[in-house]
Amino acid sequence: MTYLAKPKLHSADAPRNALGYTRRDYEGAISTLCAGCGHDSISASIVQACFDLDIEPHKVAKLSGIGCSSKTPDYFLGNSHGFNSVHGRMPSVLTGAALANRNLLYLGVSGDGDSASIGIGQFAHAMRRGVNMTYIVENNGVYGLTKGQFSATADKGSKSKKGVINSDSPIDLAMLALQLGATYVARSFSGDKEQLVPLIKGALRHGGPAFIDVISPCVTFNNHAGSTKSYDYVREHNAAVNRLDVILPKAQIEASYPPGSLRRVVQHDGSILHLRKVGVDYDPSDRIGAMNHLQERQALGEIVTGLLYVDSSGQDMHTHLNTVEKSLNQLGDAYLCPGSKALEALNAMLR
Amino acid sequence: MSTPAIQHCNDFVIKFANVNGSGSASANELFARAIIRMGVPVAPRNIFPSNIQGLPTWYEVRVTEAGWLGARGGCDMMVAMNPQTWDRDIAAIEPGGYLFYDSTKPLPPSKFRDDITVLGIPLTAMCNEEYEDARQRQLFKNIMYVGALIALLDMEFAAAEQLIVDRYRGKDQLIKANVNALRLGYDYAKQHLPCPIGLRVKRADAVGDRIMIDGNSACGLGAVFGGATVAGWYPITPSTSVIEAFSSYCRKFRTDPDNGRARYAIVQAEDELASIGMVIGAGWNGARAFTATSGPGISLMQEFFGLAYFAEIPAVIVDVQRGSPSTGMPTRTQQSDLLSCAYASHGDTRHVLLFPEDAYECFSLTAQAFDLAERLQTPVFVLSDLDMGMNEQLCAPFNWDDSRRYDRGKLMTYDELEAGKDFGRYLDVDGDGIPYRTIPGTHPTKGAYFTRGTTRNPYAKYSEIGTDYVYNMERLRRKFNTAKDLVPAPILKKAEQPTHVGVIYYGSTAHAMAEAGAKLAADGIHVDTLRVRAFPFSDEVMEFIAERDAVFVVEQNESAQLRTLLINEGEIDPKKLVRVLHYDGSPITARFIAGKIADALTDRKISPIGQPQRKVAS
Repeated sequence: MTYLAKPKLHSADAPRNALGYTRRDYEGAISTLCAGCGHDSISASIVQACFDLDIEPHKVAKLSGIGCSSKTPDYFLGNSHGFNSVHGRMPSVLTGAALANRNLLYLGVSGDGDSASIGIGQFAHAMRRGVNMTYIVENNGVYGLTKGQFSATADKGSKSKKGVINSDSPIDLAMLALQLGATYVARSFSGDKEQLVPLIKGALRHGGPAFIDVISPCVTFNNHAGSTKSYDYVREHNAAVNRLDVILPKAQIEASYPPGSLRRVVQHDGSILHLRKVGVDYDPSDRIGAMNHLQERQALGEIVTGLLYVDSSGQDMHTHLNTVEKSLNQLGDAYLCPGSKALEALNAMLR
Repeated sequence: MSTPAIQHCNDFVIKFANVNGSGSASANELFARAIIRMGVPVAPRNIFPSNIQGLPTWYEVRVTEAGWLGARGGCDMMVAMNPQTWDRDIAAIEPGGYLFYDSTKPLPPSKFRDDITVLGIPLTAMCNEEYEDARQRQLFKNIMYVGALIALLDMEFAAAEQLIVDRYRGKDQLIKANVNALRLGYDYAKQHLPCPIGLRVKRADAVGDRIMIDGNSACGLGAVFGGATVAGWYPITPSTSVIEAFSSYCRKFRTDPDNGRARYAIVQAEDELASIGMVIGAGWNGARAFTATSGPGISLMQEFFGLAYFAEIPAVIVDVQRGSPSTGMPTRTQQSDLLSCAYASHGDTRHVLLFPEDAYECFSLTAQAFDLAERLQTPVFVLSDLDMGMNEQLCAPFNWDDSRRYDRGKLMTYDELEAGKDFGRYLDVDGDGIPYRTIPGTHPTKGAYFTRGTTRNPYAKYSEIGTDYVYNMERLRRKFNTAKDLVPAPILKKAEQPTHVGVIYYGSTAHAMAEAGAKLAADGIHVDTLRVRAFPFSDEVMEFIAERDAVFVVEQNESAQLRTLLINEGEIDPKKLVRVLHYDGSPITARFIAGKIADALTDRKISPIGQPQRKVAS
């Protein structure tokens, strides 16, 4: 959220995607977050994912709540409409936007304070409602803008910068998303772009509620010994269950991947998720298995990352509502107003 | 009986005392509609508890050939079908009135009054004899008493019979059974009671082309005609039926005939916060969106109202007001959300409010609200109330001008952006305070902006600079002033004789006020009246006050909220505005208004121009 303009100059040799856009065309304003903030790495990953997928920036609507994480949509996709709403209530605003126009891509960005505390209700209901969106939580376990209070995702026993020990149990948003009916659930680490970018790409291609919990250390208030969301802790305890590649329908190059170690998942738009197994016997199509795995590993102090669950047959809110293909905000008067004749008939029935 | 029995034709009040959940509602409505079919206007009202079954409920039908549709107060005939409220119901009958009751179990004389006519029919016994099924015994008992009333009030049996045929068209067994019950009650009364009594219904021609519908259904229909495609809502009495009606009319009018798919989306949200959030998201994204709620919902939505106001996003909110504060009286009526809507949310917010007077305006003003919301890019509140929202009422037939086109407001198009037109989301290009907006997805490289609740400069860039904030606030004030010319104008009704006394009122008070005006005039008290239809107040409202010595402000709340708003916005001397307040949860009556105004004029020694000074009360 800055008023500083980003320099527009860029190299003429910069790589261009199929739309002719360079990576710079997917950037936004200069970040005002602290240097080294994990959130900026997530913004960079979103930029990379959208560039790689040849997404038209203006066909994306990016929405957020309030907090450091919710500032970030200003820092990527400068040609997209953005909406910084109120604390914890992004999901309902995004739901409304998605109802109005089903033909845009919806990217919801939230934080652990935003989604796990004040907004947990809206988070839960957006998941169960099946809103077609990519919902990213930039999870640092701490309230940054109000200077260092624990959030609801902070682990019990973890230490704040001031040395206070957290006595409350944490909320695991990935676990909640699994339970509530999200059809694409992933967790990653802001410092692992190689893992995160494909996960975002997979989510953007998913035709239903996609949730990604990204551990994103706060360099100012939560990147110290004793924190379980610091860079060092996450690097040491990261337990990836798989690695992901997204293959677009127009450029299927399956032959380049060795068979046997892959799991192939076809998404609603024809794109293919290639899951390279890391964890032994991990099955991302088993919702209950994913929940069990998360709990078992969490008890060992591990942070399970990767694509935790995917159901490519999942339906979205518009399917449930049986709405017309054309976006509701594009319907003209003739499609909306029944007219005077209909009213006269109605009047007759009311006499 | 020492008191003479009331003798009235086409001008009386009959009240039904029932038990909630006993299935009496449709029988009572059948009675009211049968009178309308005889060309006589009625004003029916439900008085019901915040409960599903078991507690007392009343249904009142004012038969009024003169067309006074407000509540009258009192009742000339009580149909006492609830032993639980017996004493209260007997006491409510006007001297000389009538009591109708189920005489299956004999009651001692002490249970009656000696100044009323008692009419007993052994309804339970008759039903037990006629029907085996317990539910049938209950339901047809209600139809039977309607049949008996038809005989007692000298009504046309055929009118009710035809209604049953119309209601159950295609279901012959139901028609037969209902008509049979109606006939049983009718015949019994004819044979055993002194038919007709002093209260009578005589065929007239006073209904005209009017229709009968409740205000909430009319709001739902208005939202369909107004082009609403998205509704986010959460159930709350008394607004729930607004969305139910919207849903029903959408299924009828907005289903794609080719594939059966919906040209609308309705989501029952998890709470009021989410419902208004959805409306704001949809409004931001270019759809016409609305919600319906009541006072507690308005309280919960406050933060979002501030966001929509400051970020300038169209939204329509139908607020069906009920008894407040807190949970208050959920099933009773009031006009007590005026201030909480006008200044909803923290900071210097001001919202556009519309005040329908009846079901017709529930339809027309709800439809208009969507144009206003998009033209002004702001939330617009339609302030109805329980009395108008949940009661069926006679009103003018709905009409629609097919040449009318939705006013989408200042939308910057792809072509305009492509042509290089300067786009500043919060730039006051036209001097009316209303900026231009773009809908997400409009143009690949131009017109995108960031919506936020924080201060920004005219180009939507985040700013904490004081002058940017002041520019924005002054522009919002300018926009609110622009709204004065766009909202519905007030309705002035001049007294038959010159007067320097005025009355201001709004909403559902209109019916009672019309009758009160006539009542006062008959007593030689002439008042000019002004029905306010919107906030911000147009200049006419302030001129009306300025041109009169005293202005009564009639409203249905305890703290005189409309008066406060007038004083605050018009910088009016409070002494000039006299409170007339009714807030016990029942609809205001003409008797109440006329009495209060007459008393106050006497106390203030104010007389109509050219008339002798009224006597001062001792």
